[in-house]
Amino acid sequence: MSEQLYQERIVALAKAKTGAGKLAAPTKSARRDNPLCGDRVTIDVALDATGKIKDIAHQVRGCLLCEASASALASVAVGRDAAGIAALRHEADRALGREEGEAGEPFSAFTPVRQHKSRQDCVLLPFEALKDALS
Amino acid sequence: MSFDLAALRAQFPILSQVVNGNPLHYLDNGASAQTPLAVLDAVRTYETTGRANVVRGVHMLAERATEAYEGARAEVAAFLGVVPSEIIFTGGCTAAINLVAYSYGSLLKPGDRILLSTLEHHSNIVPWQLLRSRSGIEIDALPVTDEGRIDLSALPRMLTPRTKLVSLVHVSNVTGASLDVKTVVAAARSVGAKIMLDGAQRAPHGPLDLPSLDIDFYVFAGHKVFGPNGVGVLWARPELLEAMPPFHGGGSMIGRVTFAETTWAPPPRRFEAGTPPIGQAIGLGAACKWMRGLDWMAVHAHEMALTQRAMDGLQGIAGTRILGPSSLQDRYPVVSFALEGVHTHDVAQVLDSFGVAVRAGHHCAQPLMDHFDLAGTTRVSIAPYNDNGDIDAMLAGVEHAAKILR
Ligand SMILES: Cc1ncc(COP(=O)(O)O)c(C=O)c1O
Repeated sequence: MSEQLYQERIVALAKAKTGAGKLAAPTKSARRDNPLCGDRVTIDVALDATGKIKDIAHQVRGCLLCEASASALASVAVGRDAAGIAALRHEADRALGREEGEAGEPFSAFTPVRQHKSRQDCVLLPFEALKDALS
Repeated sequence: MSFDLAALRAQFPILSQVVNGNPLHYLDNGASAQTPLAVLDAVRTYETTGRANVVRGVHMLAERATEAYEGARAEVAAFLGVVPSEIIFTGGCTAAINLVAYSYGSLLKPGDRILLSTLEHHSNIVPWQLLRSRSGIEIDALPVTDEGRIDLSALPRMLTPRTKLVSLVHVSNVTGASLDVKTVVAAARSVGAKIMLDGAQRAPHGPLDLPSLDIDFYVFAGHKVFGPNGVGVLWARPELLEAMPPFHGGGSMIGRVTFAETTWAPPPRRFEAGTPPIGQAIGLGAACKWMRGLDWMAVHAHEMALTQRAMDGLQGIAGTRILGPSSLQDRYPVVSFALEGVHTHDVAQVLDSFGVAVRAGHHCAQPLMDHFDLAGTTRVSIAPYNDNGDIDAMLAGVEHAAKILR
């Protein structure tokens, strides 16, 4: 069962490290901890005048799922505002089986996490951090 | 080996399960050990032939329940080498530490000091912080050595005349290091401090002789010593228990209640307000009896051979770092490691796919993780029923994780 959890797509997303690092001059930043496992995500965003993301960077001290999720999120976040990011969260929720429907790309990569309820927060932590950064 | 491993394993029905298509390899004993038939039978006998409240009833079932409950107290006392009236059943190890922090803690004055260490489980840190905010005591923490032991060379520097209690982990739940109790006791006594040991990870490895340790308080949890969860033990010197006010108020712990004034029952009942976890305590008594029936020379040798096998195997996998003493000297069978480039939860998840249960994360020891600058470790914790197959499956899983995840 877990063997399938680390499918190539998830491992590839994590290794791609899209958006990993810090921004030199972020408009906003937010940090989220998962007190249960000690994982931590810090997200920097640079926003334009209308609140749309111009640039994004993340630092993850967490597991592969958390890294993969941060990477996936960063790959599609630019150009979106808070509502646009909220829409992406629904994609993730669909991938995790928390909402009805098919998940869009790249979040469909996370469908193997459906059967692993205890690991779903790992996928969602970057979303929580980004939401905080945009609020 | 003078004990029969197959016969021992057969006493644990859960071990014959299949997990993710593999035999179960249960190596998370430090979190919760499995429970043998002897314990399950004792609980079942209580539930089916003697289920009633204790102390208060006069009918047959109440008599049976009380007898079994007090019998369990005697079994726990025998396991620790003390007398039953000094044994208090609590809701767990954490509950026992909170009891001491609240009750003994209420006897302390602002400016009094408690000495802990960086190796402590959160349950031996946070209750003292709560006491600090209630009553203005101060907390000091002994550092740890590179080997993951409490650094006792700091004792003279950190003990003060205001130090009233030294509360330390007997065996670390992260590094497996065992405490040099003699040195601690001698140093603590020189400033008149009391000594408490957190025995959560020591008690699962055989009976104790508390009088020979010359300490003041000892605590452990039922579920880690092959007993039920929801029960734990506090042992304390009788004169200390006598001086301590109750922690919880309610039924069973009173002498006489009027609205003007209530007097307290003597220990141990003073500290067992309300209906205690009766079935759990009976199961714990059975677990202590079961443990006393094992040949611990042989069991310990077996557990430590498995520890060595795990450490040797892990050292053979590139990028592993073991957190803890490198030899088996003064060490118990807990092996924590980090695998470079792979997060500990991912290691544990891959191990699960091999049927191997381990613990990953900070192990409720964040100050220690901060000290070693690690987010967490993967922890293998060994019990008498483990075998070479368990260790080898774990090693195969770690190797696989290293291969696919980095
Ligand atoms: C060293 C140590 N102390 C205390 C505890 C707390 O035990 P419990 O959670 O059963 O109260 C544990 C359990 O993880 C432990 O390992």
